[in-house]
Amino acid sequence: MAEPVRLQLTGITKRFPGVLANDQVGFSVKPGEIHALLGENGAGKSTLVKMIYGIMQPDAGEIRWDGQRITVANPKAARKLGVGMVFQHFSLFEAMTVLENIALGMDAKIPARELEAKIVAVMGQYGLKLEPHRIVSTLSVGERQRIEIVRALLLNPKLLIMDEPTSVLTPQEVDQLFVVLRKLAAEGCSILYISHKLHEIKALCDTATILRGGKLVDTCDPKVETSRSMAEKMIGGSLKDIQRGASRSFGVEKLQVRGLNLAAEGPFGTALKDISFAVRAGEIFGIAGVAGNGQNALLLALSGEEPNDNAASVTVDGVAVGRMKARDRRAQGVASVPEERNGHAAVPIFSLADNAILTARDRLGMVRAGLIDPKAARTYAGEVIEAFSVKATGPGASAESLSGGNLQKYIMGREILQKPQVLVVSQPTWGVDAGAAGAIHQALVDLAAEGSAIVVISQDLDELLSLCDTLAVINGGRLSAPMQVAEARIDEIGLLMGGIHGEANHAA
Amino acid sequence: MRLKLEKRREASVAMLVATPIASVLLTMLIGMVVFDLIGINGTKAVVDIFLSPILATYKWQDVALKAAPLVIIALGLSMGNRAQVWNIGAEGQYVIGALSAAGVGIAFGTSGGFFVVLLMVIAGMIGGGAWAAIPAVLRTRFNVNEILSSLMLTYVALQVLGYLVGGPWKDPNGRNFPATAPLDPSQTLPVWPGSTVHLGVLIAVILPFVFWVIMSRSEFGYQVRVVGSSPTAARHGGFDSKRTIWATLVIGGTMAGLAGALEFTGVLHKVDLGFASGYGFTAIIVAFLGRLNPIGCLVAGIVLAVTYVGGQMAQTSVHIPNSTAGIFQAMMLFFILASDILVRYRVRVIVKGV
Amino acid sequence: MNWAFIIAEIITVVGLTTPILLAGLGELVVEKSGVLNLGVEGMMLVGAISGFGVTVYTGNPWLGVVGAAVGGALASMLFAVLVLQLNSNQVATGLALTIFGTGISSLLGLGFTGRIVVPFLSVFPASLSKHPVLQVIFGYSPIVYFALIMVPLTTWFLTATRAGLILRAVGENDLSAHSIGYSVVRVRYAAIAFGGAMAGIGGCYFSMVITPMWAEKMTAGRGWIALALVVFAGWRTGRLLAGAYFFGILMALELLAKGVGFSILPSQFWAAMPYAMTVVALSFISSRGTAGANAPACLGKPFLPST
Repeated sequence: MAEPVRLQLTGITKRFPGVLANDQVGFSVKPGEIHALLGENGAGKSTLVKMIYGIMQPDAGEIRWDGQRITVANPKAARKLGVGMVFQHFSLFEAMTVLENIALGMDAKIPARELEAKIVAVMGQYGLKLEPHRIVSTLSVGERQRIEIVRALLLNPKLLIMDEPTSVLTPQEVDQLFVVLRKLAAEGCSILYISHKLHEIKALCDTATILRGGKLVDTCDPKVETSRSMAEKMIGGSLKDIQRGASRSFGVEKLQVRGLNLAAEGPFGTALKDISFAVRAGEIFGIAGVAGNGQNALLLALSGEEPNDNAASVTVDGVAVGRMKARDRRAQGVASVPEERNGHAAVPIFSLADNAILTARDRLGMVRAGLIDPKAARTYAGEVIEAFSVKATGPGASAESLSGGNLQKYIMGREILQKPQVLVVSQPTWGVDAGAAGAIHQALVDLAAEGSAIVVISQDLDELLSLCDTLAVINGGRLSAPMQVAEARIDEIGLLMGGIHGEANHAA
Repeated sequence: MRLKLEKRREASVAMLVATPIASVLLTMLIGMVVFDLIGINGTKAVVDIFLSPILATYKWQDVALKAAPLVIIALGLSMGNRAQVWNIGAEGQYVIGALSAAGVGIAFGTSGGFFVVLLMVIAGMIGGGAWAAIPAVLRTRFNVNEILSSLMLTYVALQVLGYLVGGPWKDPNGRNFPATAPLDPSQTLPVWPGSTVHLGVLIAVILPFVFWVIMSRSEFGYQVRVVGSSPTAARHGGFDSKRTIWATLVIGGTMAGLAGALEFTGVLHKVDLGFASGYGFTAIIVAFLGRLNPIGCLVAGIVLAVTYVGGQMAQTSVHIPNSTAGIFQAMMLFFILASDILVRYRVRVIVKGV
Repeated sequence: MNWAFIIAEIITVVGLTTPILLAGLGELVVEKSGVLNLGVEGMMLVGAISGFGVTVYTGNPWLGVVGAAVGGALASMLFAVLVLQLNSNQVATGLALTIFGTGISSLLGLGFTGRIVVPFLSVFPASLSKHPVLQVIFGYSPIVYFALIMVPLTTWFLTATRAGLILRAVGENDLSAHSIGYSVVRVRYAAIAFGGAMAGIGGCYFSMVITPMWAEKMTAGRGWIALALVVFAGWRTGRLLAGAYFFGILMALELLAKGVGFSILPSQFWAAMPYAMTVVALSFISSRGTAGANAPACLGKPFLPST
């Protein structure tokens, strides 16, 4: 007799227009097992768990629960079975209280007071701290995740699905989360842990199922595998290193930021407080930090989308540009790529050619006497598509029709081919497959080699460590002192990300 | 069986053109059936409203006269809608435009001529633009929803009209009827000999092409489209959303004011309590039926003008109420909005069990 | 000033307030679910004619009110299907509903021109409803009491019931509500139908109480004032009630000015007053920026789940 299996998937297939998201995927999860679902962005992990949770239905294949073949009609049915899920993008209601948010996630009608008592009990049991009557919009990312976890735990789940839970947490918060998850597993709850972070999986999981391009690659024991062997299975081929010139020398300071302040945008934004740093010609300057600590504001303040009262707060090649708006700063050679591709860096319903006009019209002379030269825009869009091997039907394809990675390559290309003096990029490889990420990293290194100054804002610490020459951490709108990447210590960066300044040396 | 929507890779140009035509045809078809059901001769109503004005050549100049203000107002509104600006107070801007022109006319007494008429028309544009500048400033400075403010100001404009034509501007020889004195012939728009077609009709034919160049070729038109599609991207591209919103609202008001001045100097020659006849609202339908495209507005303006003229004909000939035309117009708008989805999505019928 | 005058004025104000209060409450619920329905004026007109029509046919004003609610709700379903099923633009579709409601009500009203019904007035005994003082409490149409009861009921529904919680959640973040497993479309259908019914009842107050006869466009833009009222109230029921009375007083001033003849200013000034004051009030509220904080985050946006 085999061991009892809680969840068993066989031959799960899900097709979207033009994509086979899951192709004959099958694996099983035992009670009390922490099972990793490992794969790159776009490997089909999220689609797979959405089918387990009843948000989507598989086109083929079967799901067995405690040995019984089942169909999960909707999330309610999943919760009835005992499946809980913590989403990567939290399904929270910003303007409502913690209590209301949790009540919405409960299927049974429980009086508010009784529910509150239950919440307090669960929080005590697992050491999760939350104030039930706080409005969600005032909470940190880690606290928001706790709401989701408490909400799932209240249902006494037999299987808890965690979708990329650590992507927004500090290293210290990650450790706290792992304690909770281990305790849950010890009590017999199965955990399906989705991630692409290998060291976490090695530290936490009993089993790992690896997906690539929608297909199952392997189910293995992460404690036995090395990080490199799992990475190769995940990426499918050996890792390609970034090519850079042997001797890296930096020129003059091209971008100087001195005492930059910016008021918070909206009630939930983060203000920038007294930010200073400088980037030299040929240097790639990384800014690490957990989401929501002022990264967006910093990009806007540098690109000129949020101009400053103090002209000297930002200088480019010696010219004070602090008070200039985006268009004038671009004329000074500042280009930027914001984190959000559709709707910020590009207009989703516009063609790629029309999107070229958005940021390249002045530097590349696409406007004459108030009239646009559509041919110039098409030609330039074609050049970008060619140079960055963007997969698109041509310059006429709408931005929203491109996959995330291809659109990102197009936007990066659109800025890089304008040969900016200063390039500010946020999340350059967010949601991008490994091949495209490599190409984007290479393009940044090449641009730096030509003498531009580059700022890379990213939440992916691994990316920054491999790409940048210098690194600083942003937390609560303040920027730490810069450090040489070669000399940086992970635990120190982690503490800075968690908002503990200058205590790294004193900490026991 | 259920419907499944699949996003198209590029917006369908065929659907962009086909859906307005289909909307008009569907309106005629469903109108026939529904009106029959409620005991009105539907076929007769549809034929009278949609076809009679086209078949009767002597009605063409009526159609042209009705189409001119609709097209001119719709051009301004569709530019605003492209920027996600919802000016639904064109009726009020149209009224203020006519009143401004009337004010200039009264100031010049009986002296007229080219420059006076030109001045009247320009005054109309300024008046309409200024009336629209109120919601524009409120929107950009105080974040006031322009839908509500522009509409409220239409009601205010109607009271202004009522006050002026019933008080200070009342025709002293008008037997105490609330209306301005008829314009001196030297203060009216030139008319094509032997017809009632005035210069404004020519303007209404030329303007769509001007707007087409602005919207599809100029940087300003590009700016309007970016601001409407994605304000954040507009800011990234270095465009000022507020200024764009302000400009499109004022241009919309200017166009409505122009239409009002042309109607006053070209057709009615006086302002009375019935001056506001709903062009400002019908132009909203024109803008959508024309798919916010200037040339589309020209065509759609003619279609709506046909229903206007047809509605009046039907009212006298077969006693179909005037409101019937309004229902047909609203149905066209419903159909065009319902079919919007076909431009961006492909609809697949999925039969269960397959 | 004498008491009789004050009492008469209070009764006028309450009467003028009732339609916009009803329509405003309905629209508030609709907007809380994340939908902006600009068709209030159209639905009120449909309610006015259907309430009047049912009353004429049945002779029963209670059925008339039900008919008005059904008429308004049916009209709102046109909007709902387009907006919820076909994801059409909410602003344009709402405008279409107003244009359509105006047309269809005048078409349906053809057979009723010139007819009158017995006004749907107070059902309390004359000793109370006609009492010189007590009429200030008992002298109203049942619709007035219904509107006043609906204020706390709607508040209670939105803040204290699970259904209200779900409705607010759908308006706050439709994608999250969907991913938890709530039917966004179904909730919004219900909200829109409620909004239509309330607008319909508000509309029939014109044709059954104020002037017990049908006239084209008899709601005279009050539907738009109701829409402004929701913004003015910052999506809060209590402030909606206060706002409705503020506008009711303004409208009463117009009547008063006409009746007494404050002759320094032209009557048009007083007629324009409620509309001009709406703009002023909106500017005041919007510029403080506090009203927006309570606005449903998904208001007016199409719901596009990725399944």
